[in-house]
Formats: sequence, structure tokens, C-alpha cells
Amino acid sequence: MERAMLDRATSALRGLGHRVTSRIWRLGFASRFLLATLLYSGTSFRRVFLTIREIYFTGVLSLIIILVSGLFVGMVLGLQGYDTLQRYGSSEALGILVALSLVRELGPVVSALLFASRAGSAITAEIGLMKATEQLSAMEMMAVNPIARVVAPRFWAGVISMPLLAALFSAMGIFGGYLVGVQLIGVDEGSFWSQMQASVDFREDIVNGVIKSVVFGIIVSWIAVFEGYDSEPTAEGVSGATTRTVVTSSLAILAADFILTAFMFRGA
Amino acid sequence: MNRITLDLWVGVFVAIGLGALLFLALKVGNLASTSTGETYVLKANFDNIGGLKVRAPVKSAGVVVGRVSDIRLDAERYEAVVTMNIGSQFRFPRDTFAKIRTSGLLGEQYIGLAVGGDEQVFKPGDSVKKTESAMVLEDLVGQFLFDKAAEGKEKNDVNK
Repeated sequence: MERAMLDRATSALRGLGHRVTSRIWRLGFASRFLLATLLYSGTSFRRVFLTIREIYFTGVLSLIIILVSGLFVGMVLGLQGYDTLQRYGSSEALGILVALSLVRELGPVVSALLFASRAGSAITAEIGLMKATEQLSAMEMMAVNPIARVVAPRFWAGVISMPLLAALFSAMGIFGGYLVGVQLIGVDEGSFWSQMQASVDFREDIVNGVIKSVVFGIIVSWIAVFEGYDSEPTAEGVSGATTRTVVTSSLAILAADFILTAFMFRGA
Repeated sequence: MNRITLDLWVGVFVAIGLGALLFLALKVGNLASTSTGETYVLKANFDNIGGLKVRAPVKSAGVVVGRVSDIRLDAERYEAVVTMNIGSQFRFPRDTFAKIRTSGLLGEQYIGLAVGGDEQVFKPGDSVKKTESAMVLEDLVGQFLFDKAAEGKEKNDVNK
């Protein structure tokens, strides 16, 4: 009786310990994998078509979802912002509200979340399936390094696409806010733009937004290629890895956003 | 998909992405007009700067001529020392007034330069001697109440 209880207690402890150590082991493996990707990324710039092809699949094919979501997010910001601002008689500040919230936060973060679910999951599934059908082993057999040939071009394509997509998202959102605020509701067009221009700073707001989106691009691409490379070579394993990519990168984006924001806008 | 169409699409994508960045920089961030060229430094001491912030505009006759670059407290005289970067094409007489103003009722605060008539102009690094502090709402209300009270007392005196 006592023996059984002791067994159950130790097995629970052992299970906990195993989960913690395996997480730490995976983190270490992922870091080593990122280093290897960076080390072998010469090929993706020497044979630049490899990377361009991946930019097509990750960047160009994500354009529609990014542009449409950006437009709607901007339009909603216009409506909600006007509703609040007009109570204080400062509806002309709508331009500031729309532009700052898009450029600083919503542009980088929402487009990174969309990018993770649109492109990151596809990268993981592709690499995972390549592993499951032993294409990666076949490459190694032919003395082709799969990290240089498959992983690094996808990683760099994600890192390059992400800031461009975030900038498009912000620009589209500001256009959406302009459509709703100025064309539909009738906020004065001159003060919409001039107040926006007076309070959006190039270095503080726009460059910081671009830095954020580059960091998110690195995070999403890293997680996507790693989960694909590390997936179990079965149908179940690939589907699990795809899910993990979306969940882990979404959480990582939000956590990194908090850290970056705390560094960038310490409320000067 | 062949290589040429792929290159074309990626080219279009990168071009409109960079176009969006340019739009953000020029139309939203207004990079073109904020990057003034050569500037020189002027300083001014204020008893109270209210809500003045670094990067607030410095205006003369309503036109932006520079920006506030630094605000600190003079620990000996307990005054705020405001450093301004003024565009080098603008020169101001030595008896120019620096006043802290508010744009609109709830707007941001800026430094207004009211130009005097002196022959000599400020050299870089000079301090503006004549300053007027920010209007603090509580002081204003207090002053108003005090004046009202004084008025009422006068009336009472007359009635007697």
C-alpha cells in the first residue's frame, strides 16, 4: 500500500523532471540549430534564387491576408478612435491615434501573428514532410547539406519578408483609418495628416517598429524551421509540429513585444 | 512556376514593401521636414516649465524654428534649464522673450520666441535672459478666486 503510493509520488516527480529537462534540452538544440543555420547561410545568398523562391512562398503569398487585415484593422481603429476622441472634442487627433498605434504596435505584432499562422506553419509542414519522406536524408546521402539547401533559404526569406509585410500592414491600416475617419465620418483632412506628421517621429516610432518586425521575423522563422526539422517523421508528428509552430511563435511574439516595448518606450 | 515570373512577383513584393516604408517615413513620419540641417544651441532658464517635453517645437511667429533638445534642473537656483536647437538660418535679437505656450486648450506645450528690437543677435550657446514660465492652471484658478474675494471685500467696504 505504502509502496504503491511512494511509487506514484516518485513517478510524478520523475515525469515533472523529465518534462523540464526535455524542454531545456530542446531549447539548447534549437539554439545550436540557429547557429548552424547562420553558419551555413552562405548558400542562400550565393545561390540567391533559392531564397527568392522562398520569399515568393512566404512573402508574396501572404500579401493578400496582410493587406486586407491591415485595411480592416485601420478602419476599426478609425471608428473606435473617433468614438472616444469626439467625446473630448479632439477628433482631429484621430490621425495620431491611428498612426501611432499601427506603427508602434499593431503593425509589427498583428502582421507577425498572421505571418506565423500563414507562412510559419507552411514552412514547418514542408520541412517536416521532407523529413518524413526521407528527402533530407537523401540530400545528406548526396553530400548536400540540408540545413544550407533547405533550412537557411526559408529562414532568410522569413527574416526579409517580415519587415516588408509589417510596413505594408501599417501603411494599409493608416489608409483604412483615413478612409473611415476623413472620407466617411468627415474629420478634417488637413489636420488628420498634419497632426499625424507632427507627432510621429521617424527614429522613435517608425525605426523602432521596423526593428520590432525584424526581431519578430527572426523569431517566427527560427521556430518554424526548427519545429519542422525536429518533428517526428510521421503524419501525426508533422501535424503536431505545425500546431506547435503557431502556438509557440504567437506566444514568443507577444512576450518579445513586451520586452522590446519596455526597452524602446520607457515613457520618456 | 518558372524563374522569371517568380522573380517578377518577388520584385513587385519587395518594391511595394519598400514603398510602404517610404510612405511611413515621408507621409506619416514627415522625415523630410523634421531633419533640419545646421543648428545652434540656445539656453533659457524658466521658473516652471509646466508640461514642456524634449523634442517640443520652438516657434517664432507660429513658425517652427527649432526643437527643445534637453531639459534639466539647475540644482543651485532651482530653475529649469531648457536647451534648444535652433536652425542656423534664424538669428534672434538679444532682447528676445522666450515664453512657454500651449497650442490649443489641451494641446502640447511649446516655446514661443517673441522678438525684440536689439541690434545684436544671440551667439550660439547664449542664454535667453527674458523668459516667461508656463501657465499653471491651479495657479490661475487660485489667482482668480483671490481676485474675486478681494472684489467682494471692496464692495462690502463701499456699502459701509
